[in-house]
Amino acid sequence: MSFRKLSLGLAAVTMLAGTALPAFAQDSIYVPLFTYRTGPFAGSGTFIADGMHDYLEMLNQRDGGIGGVKLVLEECETGYDTKKGVECYEAVKGKNPVVVNPWSTGITLPLIPRASVDKIPILSMAYGLSASARGDIFPWVFNPPATYWDGLSMIIKYIGQKEGGLEKLKGKKIGFIHLDAAFGKEPVPLLQELAKDIGFEVALYPVAAQDMQNQSSQWLSARRDRPDYMIMWGWGSMNGAAVKEAVRSGYPMDKFYSVWWPSEDDARSGGGGAKGFKMLNWHAVGTNFPAIQDIQKHVVDKGMSKAQKDKVGELLYNRGVYNSLLIAEGIAQAQKITGKKAVTGEDVRRGMENIKLDAARLKELGLDGFTETLTLSCADHNGHRPAFMQEWDGAKWVKISDPIEPMTDRVKGQLDAAAKDYAEKNAGWPKRTEACDKAS
Amino acid sequence: MDMLYKVFIEPFVFMGEAPDLLIQTLWEGLVSGVLYALIALGFVLIFKASGVFNFAQGIMVVFAALILVGLYEKGVPAFLALILAALAMLVLAMVVERVVLRPLVNQPDIILFMATFGLTYFLIGFGELIFGGSPREMITDQLFLPQGTTEVDMLGGMVRFQHLDIAAALIASIMIGLLAVFFSKTRIGRALRAVADSHKAALSVGISLNQIWVIVWFAAGIVALVAGIMWGARSGVSFSLQIIALKALPVLILGGFTSIPGAIIGGLIVGVGEKLGEFYWGPLVGGGVETWLAYVIALLFLLYRPQGLFGEKIIERI
Repeated sequence: MSFRKLSLGLAAVTMLAGTALPAFAQDSIYVPLFTYRTGPFAGSGTFIADGMHDYLEMLNQRDGGIGGVKLVLEECETGYDTKKGVECYEAVKGKNPVVVNPWSTGITLPLIPRASVDKIPILSMAYGLSASARGDIFPWVFNPPATYWDGLSMIIKYIGQKEGGLEKLKGKKIGFIHLDAAFGKEPVPLLQELAKDIGFEVALYPVAAQDMQNQSSQWLSARRDRPDYMIMWGWGSMNGAAVKEAVRSGYPMDKFYSVWWPSEDDARSGGGGAKGFKMLNWHAVGTNFPAIQDIQKHVVDKGMSKAQKDKVGELLYNRGVYNSLLIAEGIAQAQKITGKKAVTGEDVRRGMENIKLDAARLKELGLDGFTETLTLSCADHNGHRPAFMQEWDGAKWVKISDPIEPMTDRVKGQLDAAAKDYAEKNAGWPKRTEACDKAS
Repeated sequence: MDMLYKVFIEPFVFMGEAPDLLIQTLWEGLVSGVLYALIALGFVLIFKASGVFNFAQGIMVVFAALILVGLYEKGVPAFLALILAALAMLVLAMVVERVVLRPLVNQPDIILFMATFGLTYFLIGFGELIFGGSPREMITDQLFLPQGTTEVDMLGGMVRFQHLDIAAALIASIMIGLLAVFFSKTRIGRALRAVADSHKAALSVGISLNQIWVIVWFAAGIVALVAGIMWGARSGVSFSLQIIALKALPVLILGGFTSIPGAIIGGLIVGVGEKLGEFYWGPLVGGGVETWLAYVIALLFLLYRPQGLFGEKIIERI
């Protein structure tokens, strides 16, 4: 076969493949959901995937979509693997996705530079690169309602309050047990900076992915170092195993804190000994909200959900619901701003910059009291909203604090410097050219 | 100079200052080591009988534990579920022999090795299809596995012994002992050793290769079930357990691929070595030593004794 014929053949195949792409742009809104229902992190990923899917499907079933346009939902299984996540992105980007949710800090990082090129907003809800909260530098990335750095500052603030003031942490030792991956390392620079400023000591206990279920060394080291508090940044089966090992090693559970990722199952795995374990959270658990009851009525009861009925309303399920609430609001705002029904990724980026989830809007959505209010803007893609502390009582999570505001005074300078540093290190990082809407 | 002190002197000074922590570290290492040995044993059994490095041994551990827990969740009484899980491993052994091993007989070892890769991913997918990806709790109480802790004041400090760990060490030791007796004293065991020495010679005296393969895969399945119960009781049953099975690789390099005592000694060296390394030397490099230390130890052994501690030295005429 001549080179010419081969080229013609390839061109024809390419054209055919191009025309075979689904026409999501015209009569529907395509929302890919990056999920992991398999692999070592499925214990967390499954429930989140269910919550995300079910909320959006409920909108389809109850309201006929958003603004009368059906949502086309498609899951892509990443297995929490960065390579597979990027493959998922490449697979969906030709189908006009209005937003991508990587659900992994490791996957988010390589997608950040691609987002502005492909005009696809990235929603890394309360994970990913903390510095991407800066909308002026990262116009295509959103990480509401709080960054990992906000989360860490809230835990330190709460511990400080317990001790009688931040200055009382001077001379204390804080252990930080974390997944030895991009996600787990994300808050370490801030932790070390806070340690220097406040005067506490830090002991790091990295847990490799292959040792998530074999953490006896880390907890033995904690016994040696005698940290006054332990803070965990874990995911997947690491969380449950850590709770178990903490109980086994006799660590006082009321001194053991976590960022917002452990589930009820993780806490349960420690048995009765896990009582007192604490974690941050920013939304309610349970099904006592009209929107979640609508999910049960329109999706779960009709057999359109993959979720087990008793898992609906649990912490990570509701976390998935919150994620989809942001997607839906971004789309609704985009429709409002542009006047279009079938919006694009570029429109939804603008829509997300105009998200205003105040108490009235939450009530209108059937989520009154579900979470703190949230307002995003052109400059602020995060909101830096407060979270509260909840404690495991042996059977369920119990809210034990008022909303804890992040220590913005200590975090903002670091965050701005990190954002600037990112733009400088990534040569040719584009200056924001996207106009800001008046409202944002 | 300061670094040399931290590497060669300080850890030993600390061992002397806090001997209770040294005992605790050694105990944790021994328990991990016994459990590594149990997983490694599954590899050894199959390698001895068929020369196949069974990459699927890790997922067999997860699969067996999931069948047990899954059946219990469906309302099957715990001990009946245990028997049914063992029977499922027998069925798996028969299917593997019929569908994978028999058609590939006389193929190069690498083909059989790759076939076990395929088997691994099939079992992952099949397992996730049936049981889903969520982690589950092992039914420790229902299997009468002891819970709780005994705290012993010794050497000016306190050492904690988990009852479950003691049970794990005992059960694994009994299991290893039974297998050793089975393979050295019984007719089937002798047949297995004959197959391991030479397939052709074994065939010539009327030993059925197919039968031996089923028996040995079943034995590896039972070992996987016990390992799954023990690891699952310690840290939950999830698909990430299969990653722990990779720790059996350095154990096998140390102990030799064909030696049951080698798997035991190798497991103990790796278990104790990684815990001591992480605990006393880990802080010097920011932790995480445990992840790679076992492989470094195995690499050093490879340089000086490629066949492992107890492996057979292969001499080939040129």
